[in-house]
Amino acid sequence: MNSVSSGTGIPLLVAQIGLTLFVFVALLSSAAGMVYVERKVAALLQQRLGPYLVGPKGLLQPLADVIKLMFKEELRPRAADAFLFALAPIIAATCAFAAFAVVPFGGDTTLFGLLPERLRLQVADVNVAVLVVFAIASMSVYGIVLAGWSSNSKYSLLGGLRSSAQMISYELSYGMALASVLVVANSLSLTDIVNRQANTWLGFLPRWFIFIQPVGFFIYLTAGIAETNRAPFDFPEAEQELVAGYHTEYSSMSFAMFFLAEYVNMVTVSAVATDLYLGGWQGPFLPESLGWIWFLLKVGALLFFYVWMRWTLPRYRYDQLMRFGWKVLLPLSVLNLLATAAGVLYFGSNLGL
Amino acid sequence: MGSEATLFYLFGAVAVLASLLVIGQRNPIYSVLLLIASFGALSGLYVLLDAPFAAVIQIIVYAGAIMVLFLFVVMLLNAPHEDTDYDERTHPLLRPGPMRFGAVLALVLIVELVWALTKGSESGAFAGGSTSSVADIGRSLFTTYAFPFEVTSILILVAMVGAVVLARREEQ
Amino acid sequence: MVTLNHYLVLSAILFAIGTAGVFVRRNLITILLSIEIMLNAVNLSFVAFGRALGAADGQIIVFFVMTVAAAEAAVGLAIVISLFRHRESLNPDSFTALKW
Repeated sequence: MNSVSSGTGIPLLVAQIGLTLFVFVALLSSAAGMVYVERKVAALLQQRLGPYLVGPKGLLQPLADVIKLMFKEELRPRAADAFLFALAPIIAATCAFAAFAVVPFGGDTTLFGLLPERLRLQVADVNVAVLVVFAIASMSVYGIVLAGWSSNSKYSLLGGLRSSAQMISYELSYGMALASVLVVANSLSLTDIVNRQANTWLGFLPRWFIFIQPVGFFIYLTAGIAETNRAPFDFPEAEQELVAGYHTEYSSMSFAMFFLAEYVNMVTVSAVATDLYLGGWQGPFLPESLGWIWFLLKVGALLFFYVWMRWTLPRYRYDQLMRFGWKVLLPLSVLNLLATAAGVLYFGSNLGL
Repeated sequence: MGSEATLFYLFGAVAVLASLLVIGQRNPIYSVLLLIASFGALSGLYVLLDAPFAAVIQIIVYAGAIMVLFLFVVMLLNAPHEDTDYDERTHPLLRPGPMRFGAVLALVLIVELVWALTKGSESGAFAGGSTSSVADIGRSLFTTYAFPFEVTSILILVAMVGAVVLARREEQ
Repeated sequence: MVTLNHYLVLSAILFAIGTAGVFVRRNLITILLSIEIMLNAVNLSFVAFGRALGAADGQIIVFFVMTVAAAEAAVGLAIVISLFRHRESLNPDSFTALKW
């Protein structure tokens, strides 16, 4: 890309690099923030206080957690495969961050006139963005299965195999829900899909795809929760079950990487759901260059929903989980795709709405 | 462009090196992981060839599904390291039997294929422009190639049923 | 300047590596992996030719090859599993029961 620089502005290349760094740091901070939000919301749901000692209202609790984790001893079982043991958390964390590279989180902006031309708030504008997100999500299975294998322990191996089997089972419904949105939106580029959800019907109801595809949204979110191994689908990590599943033998920063990968995956699933179903950065009252505020609000709502689900619903047992994924969610997603395709065939693209 | 050539050689080198290590080293889990690396390099080459769809489905199908299957089987069977009944220090061309044959065959095959494939075109340069989008691929897939598409769905069904039947434990 | 011939040579090298793997390795799973290498080499040729001719057909054939490779890998691994249950070995030399 060319670095165009006007007399008073920032070169575009610098802005692109800055955007990449900004997204990276924002994801890290969001993971830290999620730690706090999870504990506070859990506390409120359970009618207790949650963190309140460290910093005002306990806001520095994530910092305390990170410092504690950094000072722990880094263990490795003697019979563990050293290379794979070190590689597994790296794969998990890398795939979590990489998936966010193609997610647009704001409209074109010029950063209040500092840039010579409009910059899309998306690290990489690929026109097969939806498939890229799906591809990177399917690569994150390796972090878990290698963690389970390389720890050379029964609990880890079973937990790892179960987690990865769960993830690849729910990937099917995830993909079908994505395909349903593609049929309606007629494009694989996330930016195009968001732009199609502009304007409103009847003046007040925004043209979000959630109103055209409510079942699809439910399927996508459920499959997303199962993909990120969160409750109620977190059987392999349940404390009473296989100790801690695939990350039993990990401690200190390696464990922190898995932790981080889980939260960043949550953020990515929420961000993609926002772009696909909730209109991305579109919203009333704000100009397009401030659309990222709406994006943050919507992603925040979905993340709150995630935490709420964890502390409200009981956990699925593993066979119930697999049965739900294969016998309920997959047929439902296939029917959704068929109905959507029939609708588009009959009514024309965007269902004539 | 300079950057395209650099990327081609980089991805090509990774693909070749990873494939050599797949067939060259003993631990089956490392073989599977190296093959995944090779697939990643091939996916990069597809992006260089203006085929983003092929690149992404390479990752989704090959690296994300087929290799997970291989990895599961290797882990569940606890595949042992290959026993060496030959002298590891001798060159593959000097080892007995099928290994010598295989090594010689590979060398002959490279020479033949390179000769056959580069014989045809004059300069072999790429046509400019005209890249196909995913919409074109979809349109062509459901019109010109509709019959193979339906047949592959039956193929996958047969493979699924066959795999379940073959791998089932015998009921006493 | 990277021409079509570069990609075809690379494809030839990968195909030969796969073939060598099928002959040289004494482990059923690694033999299946070598077959996957060969299929990928062919995919690369298809995409390169598709680009050279400006047609989408290269990527479509790649789609079908991948599907066939997935089906073949699934059935092949099922066979490997049932063979392993009988002999506790993955060495193809131990499955010689049909030899004279």
